[in-house]
Parts: sequence; C-alpha cells; structure tokens
Amino acid sequence: MIDTLIFVFSQPFMQRALVGGIVICLCAALLGVSLVLKRYSMIGDGLSHVGFGAVVVASALNFAPVAVAIPVVVAAAFLLLRLGENSTVKADAAVALVSTGSLAIGVVASSLSSGMNQDFNSYMFGTILGLSESDVWLSIFISVPVLVMFLLFYNKIFAVTFDEAFCEATGVKAKLYNGLVAVLTALIIVLGMRLMGALLISSLVIFPSLTAMRVCATFKGVVICSGIVSVVCFLFGIVASVLFDLPTGASIVIANIIVFVIFFCVGKLVKR
Amino acid sequence: MSLIKAENVCLGYDGENVVENLFFTVEKGDYLCVIGENGSGKSTLIKALTGLKKINSGTITFGDGLSKNQIGYLPQQTPSQKDFPASVYEVVLSGCLGRKNIFGVYSRRDRRQALDNMAILGVSDLKNKCYRTLSGGQQQRVLLARALCATKTLLLLDEPVTGLDPVATSEMYELLYHLNRDHKITVIMVSHDVNASLKYASHILHMKKDEVYFGDKQSYLSTEWARVFLGDGEKND
Ligand SMILES: Nc1ncnc2c1ncn2[C@@H]1O[C@H](COP(=O)(O)OP(=O)(O)O)[C@@H](O)[C@H]1O
Ligand SMILES: [Mg+2]
Repeated sequence: MIDTLIFVFSQPFMQRALVGGIVICLCAALLGVSLVLKRYSMIGDGLSHVGFGAVVVASALNFAPVAVAIPVVVAAAFLLLRLGENSTVKADAAVALVSTGSLAIGVVASSLSSGMNQDFNSYMFGTILGLSESDVWLSIFISVPVLVMFLLFYNKIFAVTFDEAFCEATGVKAKLYNGLVAVLTALIIVLGMRLMGALLISSLVIFPSLTAMRVCATFKGVVICSGIVSVVCFLFGIVASVLFDLPTGASIVIANIIVFVIFFCVGKLVKR
Repeated sequence: MSLIKAENVCLGYDGENVVENLFFTVEKGDYLCVIGENGSGKSTLIKALTGLKKINSGTITFGDGLSKNQIGYLPQQTPSQKDFPASVYEVVLSGCLGRKNIFGVYSRRDRRQALDNMAILGVSDLKNKCYRTLSGGQQQRVLLARALCATKTLLLLDEPVTGLDPVATSEMYELLYHLNRDHKITVIMVSHDVNASLKYASHILHMKKDEVYFGDKQSYLSTEWARVFLGDGEKND
C-alpha cells in the first residue's frame, strides 16, 4: 500500500492536484469562518451555483469560463450579501431563488449546446486529478493574494464579523470589509468550482469552520484549526480516493464529515 | 460648547418621520436617560447619534472636537453574537480598531488599554474565557470594556440591561454611574427601567409618539409627564 502511495504521489498529475487543492482548501476554510459566523453559509452555497451557471453559459457561448464567472460571481456575492443583511423570510427565499435559478440556467445551457457533457460533469464534480499546469498557476495567483489579504485585514475582519453595528459606529468601515470578504469569497468559489466542482466547494467553505468551532474558544484558534482541518481532510480524502478508487471531491467531503463528527463528540466531552 | 446639540431633528424610515422636532443638548459629564414607550424611536435616535442612520432633517452638532472614532457604543446584542467563538480579550481589543489605519495592527498601547478597561469593569480574570460561555451580565461588561477602548468621552447604550437578572442589572447601573462620575465619561442610555433611570440620570429625554420632553431630572420630576409615566410605569414595562 505504501508503495502504491509513493508511486501515486510521485506522479505529476497528483502533485498538481496537491498544490492546487491545498491552497484552495486553506483559503476556503479561512473565509468560511467569517461566512459561517455571520450566518451566511447559504450564500456560499448559492454563489457556487451562480458560478456553475455562469461557467456553463460562458463555455456554451465559447467565452473563457473563468474570466466570465469571476465578475458574475463577485456581482452575485454583493447582491446576496445585501439580501442576507435583512434576515427576513423574503431575503432567505431570494437567496434560494438565485441559487436554484442559476443551476437551472446552467443545466439548460449545457443541454442546448452539443458536446458539453464532459464540461458539465467537470464543473459539477470538479477535475482535481486532471489539472493542467496553467490551472495550478491560476490557483496560486488567486489563492496567495486571498491569503495575504485575509491575514493583512485579520483584525478588522474579526471585528466586523463579530459586530458590524459597533464597527460602523466607532469608525471602522464595516461595509468596506464586508465587500472585501465578498470579493475574496467569490474568487475562491469560482476557483474551487474549477477544481472541486460546484457541489463540493460550498462544503469546503462551511465544514472546516463548523468543525473548528466545536472545540476552539478563540477566534484565532478557530481560524487556525479550520485551516489545518481543511488541509488534512483534503489529504485524507485524496489518498482514500486513490487507494479505493473513489470519486475525489466526494471523498474529501466525507473526510470532512468524519472529522466533524469526531470534533463534535470531543467538544461535548470537554464541555462536561 | 456643548458635546452634542440636536436642533429640530426629525428621524424615521423611508421618508416617514417617527420622531419630529427633537431639541436637546448634552454637556460634557452629563448622564442622559432616554425613556419612552416601545416604538417611540429611542433606538432610532441612538443610531442617528452613532451615524448608523441618516437624519431626515434638522442638525446634530458634535462639539469639543468629538469625532466618530471617539464614540463608544453598546448595541443591542445580535443573536449570532450569543454563540460567537472569541476570547474576551479578542473582543475587548477590537474596540481599539476605530482609530487604526485600514490594516488595524494593535500596538502595545492598545493592549495596555484593553487590559486596563477589563480591570475597570472587573472582567480581567475572564481574559482567556470564551465569550459565548459567559453569563449575560458578564457579556455586557465585556462589551462595555470594548466600548471604553473606543472612547474616553461619550458612551451610547441601547437597553444595556435587557435579559439580565436583577443583581446583574443593578451592578450594570452602578458601573455606568461609576464611569460617569469617576471617569468623567458622558453617558447617553436608552432604558426601559424608569426608576433606575431617575436614580442615576442628570437629564431625561422622554419620547412619545408625537411629543418629546427634554430637561434636567428635577424639572422632569415636577412635570405631568413624569407623574403619568411613573404612575403606570408597571403597566408599561
Ligand atoms: N429598520 C426599520 N425600518 C422601518 N421602520 C423601522 C425600522 N426600525 C424601526 N422602525 C420603526 O420605527 C419606530 C421606532 O422604532 P425604535 O427606534 O426601534 O423604537 P424604540 O427603540 O423606542 O422601541 C417603530 O415604529 C418601528 O416600527
Ligand atoms: Mg429599541
């Protein structure tokens, strides 16, 4: 078994998958902490569906998918965050509407254009094991700035996540930092969709921070723990998928579920 | 010059006024209690003072060089805060961010100040505790310590004792009184609790649907307003 692993990990396709996957998992986990705490989990999910719709429509029209998807998803992120601010039934439903609507548009667009099934599958379920060299560079070019921005603005992002009203009242520009988180999230979701697929990227945003919150008592702890959990689950998932010939994206999510359950139990035990 | 001077202020939502023709002044060191029935616009007024909400007409002037990043604010708690994973220290320290540049890196002075304010509010021993595991009264003290990091001049509080038990409530009032008297911090507080307001306040702003009374405590107590409001205070609460 060790031999198989060594052989697999020495393959270029696997190394590309590792680099691309780790940077995205890390970014998704960090941004996820802020999104989950603001109760915007559904928005992350909605964005991945918008991204899916945009990508499929773009490739049906022969445009570069990622180049189209990024501005569309950034715009959608602002729209959904604005909607999410007033927590009425209407706003909640609107998020679901945008989300399912984009999914439907994507499905129809893909069925109208011929020879799209391959693309359709890859955007839905990702192609982490089939990344090209340029995919890897793209993920590094997007993830590294996202990470740097998150760390640079860490204190402000914490304050705005904890209490927007206080921030605005005392001169911290909450709207600015909300917008920043929205843009960074949109970038990571488009990128993650390319790698992990639309169905799975939102779980990469949500699971690690939820897991970390079971046991960590400080914001910094949650952020660090969530990053580590995310990367470890990614590694476990990808190894399991190689060893047992399972779909990669889904294996990563299952690894996340298992770790969540473990942390949940540990959290319950520690509290007693 | 007054710390705050409101002249002919109208407040409301979507162009419709909730509060009309509001006049009041706050001097340095005052303790102003804002009382009135639910829906009379107390929270709206506090939001206007913090700048969270634009006023429909009139003027609010801030004197003595009071700028936005010198206001301390204790908002009504949001549901998502109740189970927020953050340490007490992280929360208190974040009060310093208003006067930082866009990156918001904490200095030694900020950390010092956060620790000092935690000591003033008696939450020093909770420093590394998780905010969500604290009692309601402790959480309010932590938020008050955070507000003190943002200001040395003016505290705005919106119903700071909601959900607190009687002991925590009177402790909270004592603390505010202490801050006002010994630390010379001007306090503007919205309160349901008329008796406590009258005990500590120096001035009263009583808001009704279409009328407002403003004056110092002694003159307020001799008005018809006070007699009626205090008379059926129990029913109103
Ligand atoms: N976001 C809002 N949009 C529209 N109307 C509002 C909003 N918030 C409050 N109101 C209305 O403004 C009035 C005053 O509300 P508020 O200032 O919260 O009163 P109080 O704090 O004195 O109970 C109420 O009639 C309320 O219905
Ligand atoms: Mg109110």
